[in-house]
Amino acid sequence: MLRFIVRRLVQMVGVMVVLSLLLFLWLRALPGGTVSAILGERATPASRAAMEEAFGLDQPVHIQYFKFVGRVLQGDFGPSTSVLPGTDALDIFLQRFPATIELSFFAMVIAIALGIPLGYFAARRRATFFDNASVIVSLVGVAVPVFFLGFLLKYIFAIKLGWLPVSGRQDGQLEATRVTGFFVLDGLLTREFDASWDALKHLVLPSITLASVPFAVIFRITRAAVLEVLDEDYIRTAESKGLTAKVIRGRHILRNAMLPVTTTIGLQLGALLAGAVLTERVFSWGGLGEALALSFERRDYPVLQVVILAAAMIYVIVNLLVDIMYAVIDPRVRTR
Amino acid sequence: MTFKRKATPLAVLTVAALALTACAQSDRDDSGSDTGSAAGTSTFTFGAAGAPKVMDPFYATDGETFRVTRQMFEGLVGIKAGTAEIEPELAESWEPDASGTNWTFNLKTGVKFHDGEPFNAEAVCKNFERMFDQNKDGQVAAEYWAGTFGAFKDKAATSLYKGCEAKDEKTVVLSVNRPTSGFPTFLSLDALSMQSPKAMETGKANEVKAQGEGFIYPEYSKAGVGTGPYKLEKYDEANKTVTLVRNDDYWGEKAKNAKVVFKIVPDETTRRQELEAKSINGYDLPNPADWKGLESAGNKVEIRPAFNVFYLGLNPIKNPKLADVKIRKAIYQALNREELVKTQLPEGAKVATQMMPDTVSGYNKSLEAVKYDPAAAKAAIAAAGGLTLEFAYPSEVTRPYMPNPQKLHQAMAADLEAAGITVKVTTKPWNGGYLDGVDANAFDAFLLGWTGDYDSAHNFIGTFFGSLDANNFGLTKHSFGATLAGDLAKADAIVDEAQRTAAYEKINQQIQEEYLPALAISHSPPALVVGEGVEGVVASPLTAEEFSGVTVGGK
Amino acid sequence: MTPSPMDPRPSSKKDRIDALASTAGTGTAVADVHVSAAGKVKDTGGVSLIASAWARLRRDPVFLLGAVITILFVVLALLSPWIAPNDPTKRMPELLKDLTPGNIPGAAPGFPLGSDEFGRDLLSRLIGGARQTLIVGVFATLFGLAGGITLGTLAGAFGGWIDSLVMRIVDVMLSIPSLLLAVSIAALAPEPSQWTVIIAIATVQVPIFARLLRGSMLAQRASDHVLAARALGVTQGAIVFRHMLPNSLGPVIVQSTLVLATSILDAAALSFLGLGNPDDRQPEWGAMLGTATRYIQDYPHLAFYPAACIIVVALGFTLMGESLREALDPKSRR
Repeated sequence: MLRFIVRRLVQMVGVMVVLSLLLFLWLRALPGGTVSAILGERATPASRAAMEEAFGLDQPVHIQYFKFVGRVLQGDFGPSTSVLPGTDALDIFLQRFPATIELSFFAMVIAIALGIPLGYFAARRRATFFDNASVIVSLVGVAVPVFFLGFLLKYIFAIKLGWLPVSGRQDGQLEATRVTGFFVLDGLLTREFDASWDALKHLVLPSITLASVPFAVIFRITRAAVLEVLDEDYIRTAESKGLTAKVIRGRHILRNAMLPVTTTIGLQLGALLAGAVLTERVFSWGGLGEALALSFERRDYPVLQVVILAAAMIYVIVNLLVDIMYAVIDPRVRTR
Repeated sequence: MTFKRKATPLAVLTVAALALTACAQSDRDDSGSDTGSAAGTSTFTFGAAGAPKVMDPFYATDGETFRVTRQMFEGLVGIKAGTAEIEPELAESWEPDASGTNWTFNLKTGVKFHDGEPFNAEAVCKNFERMFDQNKDGQVAAEYWAGTFGAFKDKAATSLYKGCEAKDEKTVVLSVNRPTSGFPTFLSLDALSMQSPKAMETGKANEVKAQGEGFIYPEYSKAGVGTGPYKLEKYDEANKTVTLVRNDDYWGEKAKNAKVVFKIVPDETTRRQELEAKSINGYDLPNPADWKGLESAGNKVEIRPAFNVFYLGLNPIKNPKLADVKIRKAIYQALNREELVKTQLPEGAKVATQMMPDTVSGYNKSLEAVKYDPAAAKAAIAAAGGLTLEFAYPSEVTRPYMPNPQKLHQAMAADLEAAGITVKVTTKPWNGGYLDGVDANAFDAFLLGWTGDYDSAHNFIGTFFGSLDANNFGLTKHSFGATLAGDLAKADAIVDEAQRTAAYEKINQQIQEEYLPALAISHSPPALVVGEGVEGVVASPLTAEEFSGVTVGGK
Repeated sequence: MTPSPMDPRPSSKKDRIDALASTAGTGTAVADVHVSAAGKVKDTGGVSLIASAWARLRRDPVFLLGAVITILFVVLALLSPWIAPNDPTKRMPELLKDLTPGNIPGAAPGFPLGSDEFGRDLLSRLIGGARQTLIVGVFATLFGLAGGITLGTLAGAFGGWIDSLVMRIVDVMLSIPSLLLAVSIAALAPEPSQWTVIIAIATVQVPIFARLLRGSMLAQRASDHVLAARALGVTQGAIVFRHMLPNSLGPVIVQSTLVLATSILDAAALSFLGLGNPDDRQPEWGAMLGTATRYIQDYPHLAFYPAACIIVVALGFTLMGESLREALDPKSRR
């Protein structure tokens, strides 16, 4: 087990190094970039040259890369150039990470709360109208472009009905104390309950939007897992023993079907970080997804590098954790 | 079953939360009962498109930053609301000597910086010495100084700036090395605002450092101290809001609202929706397609006088055929600019007759727009043996003068093709090859424009054609290139305003009627929009709106 | 983005792919048919997986709905130049006369849906958009498939160090969340165009297809018919191309169907982020929707029509792919 984990960690470091190199070379090979982004129309050859020299962009690429790696190893990705100019890119990451986690968490809660029960009942009523209808509904969730869903929800609930705020994480006029960066939690911790409530209201629409895809995934997997379990001998045994439906559902079906569902949920959390790019952009949510979209748009390479490398790392780590968890839960996996 | 397993982490979380509560104190003061809903509070909330870069305007270069710092800082010279003209601000009056190089400024008295420091002649000189004395990286970061005064202390001989002398408490003499049309007008630039010398010293304001691909700014840059009607309360990066609070010791009329909040909403459609949901009171640069809808919803679209020019650049270095003025004229005639302006540019946009807008002194009123004449264009192109044009436009960008580059390009390309020109379409991302390509003479023809910084012809045509070597129009390939650059330098140095204006008018005429190094297309008025009940926003051609006189109105 | 919510027994992304791959490996009945083709022996016994799958699909309302949508879409795409009332790329003078940035003309005689934001006939653009959308979907899938087949065949056919190397590459690609990868490629393209969009979307699919193929081919390598062919002295190349590859295609077809839907959605997402094809002369639904979000407040119909088209078509492909997967999975045969 330990050897397995160590091997995976070494592999991860390798992936990171390769990825950082590729990303770096690619960014350097592109025309334009930071200097154009900062100077805009007023760029002159002289001001370009001065800025390239200041940033060390006039040096050979391999030297630039070694300098970059040297700085990164000290935890310094350099300051952001346009997303939040002057602020260290790593700080931007740390500051925005809670926002994305908060959003992903609530999206996941929604996806689970809807996906598991629906999946279970669809499986129990296999091939009925209810089953077919819920399969189609869940797939509609996948077929609607995420950003369009966001706009639609915003249009209906924030503009037409005025029930919920349009965008952002909290009302700007609210004086809220920041502790952890999770706004809902912060409000509870500092007893600023109105701040918590406001943050919750801001969370509703984006988390529903972000939940659409994981909901479909969880629904499908629950349904498939329950179907498979229903076919097992021990269910038939339990039924023939005369156990109540409630006991069979709780102790036999759900418990066994939950294994693949749990791991899926873990993995979806990793994928949510990427899915947040669209949702955060639509709702102007100050998380990593928005930072990434903006850093592409405005060619903010330090932020771009931090977010991509960090997202890849989180993704790999989550994968690793899921694999470890799986090995712990399911002894069959350990043998491979 | 599943419940029990989930209960454990939940319990851990709860305990952790309770433990944290002990050290998490609310920062709210109990007296502050004006939190919560917006009803009745006098806060003006403005939707911004991007994050402000610094709170020290000297190192700022972009509109998002200046919009915030403008409320907190003032310069010696101000801008008359709603115009591009200058007016007294921290200096009550100024006077040049005969040479036009020594300027005496009489300062306003009784002005204090936000930290209580007095504003006086000594403070002015400390400010200029600070701006002049930049380290190597600071020189790169301080673009506006470099763009106006040219050089810094280490190359003092080439700098426009010569020195500052405090005659007495309220009199200061600023000296420049040569007369120029821009001085003292460009002292109205936000970047050259007056800041508290003491705060700059304690905050080590000059310690800018380039690291990686960006600048690391000193502590002072996060909390600039000026003399303006508002001062910085907080910049909540996590919630993407900047809050300014009224300066109760302001020397002039106090700000009407207790607070100004800038809420950063990068997506334009979302800004519009925020306004409709009344969670912001206004935002900048609404999409022209939205103007009508915004107004019918009760908002006010304030159209600024256009202070920009949109042009088609032609590069004879890339395509030698473009060195022929007949070809350039034919391209000009081929463009149906009337229709372009009507269908693609915002209401109030105008067909350009020259490379600068009519709000700038030196604008030549007698010039007329080149007429749309596809037949003449076709004949001229055919006579020259045809023309193949690599015509580029930028993707991923909108500019005030160019709301939708792709659509503008498409319409123009269709016009050119109708005149018998073979158009090769090229597109590059704005920051990812387009601007570089223009500078590197990579395109035959390209779309670009310019928004002026201050009221000066030099800031327009001087920027375009003032340098024979560093320009985007291949002036070295044009017979008139050296003459034009020389004439512009001469005009810039004329001290007498009337003579200078006449000189610029003449140059404008030559550019349009003889040279045509670039084809001026249009001037588009950028707008800003405010919600119902908001009064006192005066649209400025320089986008230099001050919010201290704004009232939000009851609900 | 839209990860395929597909597999009955998922764990990691990799395992999900491998699980799908195994549905081919266990399809021994299919294998028999092909062995017969090579071994010149006609096999008749038993109901093949394909036959039983078809029997189930014919009765599956979910599949039928998906199939009908898909067929309609493809027909529309093929015939669009003849169906569209106007040239979708042309600015119509009738619409241009009322077009200003503040006013996008609505329905007019001859233009039942009115104008788009540039004075072109919206209806014709929607109809013409079907073709371009299909092109994006099909080419993104084909490129992804081609890349995946190359890598997967290399790995699966030879095993050993080639396998290790290829799979390391694939793992690096899989280690980046898919939308992030597509966005990165599209954003960092030096000259954005329809093809950069297609390549960005296709690249994301390459590792998935590669892993899928390798999985099923590994299962084939050990199977009886491959051993038999090898014993008969059939060359390595012939074994790979005549026996292993065709038998591994079942799950690939399922995945392709799903990727068609994903591609269309991803193209729309890229357009929304401003990373799509900047040249909008040829209409494409994703780009139309992406652009229309700028006008959504006053002219919601500009966004609504292309969005509806995308949703219906993506749903059609997904429904079909999902039912195919379930039908082809021997575990779910009853």
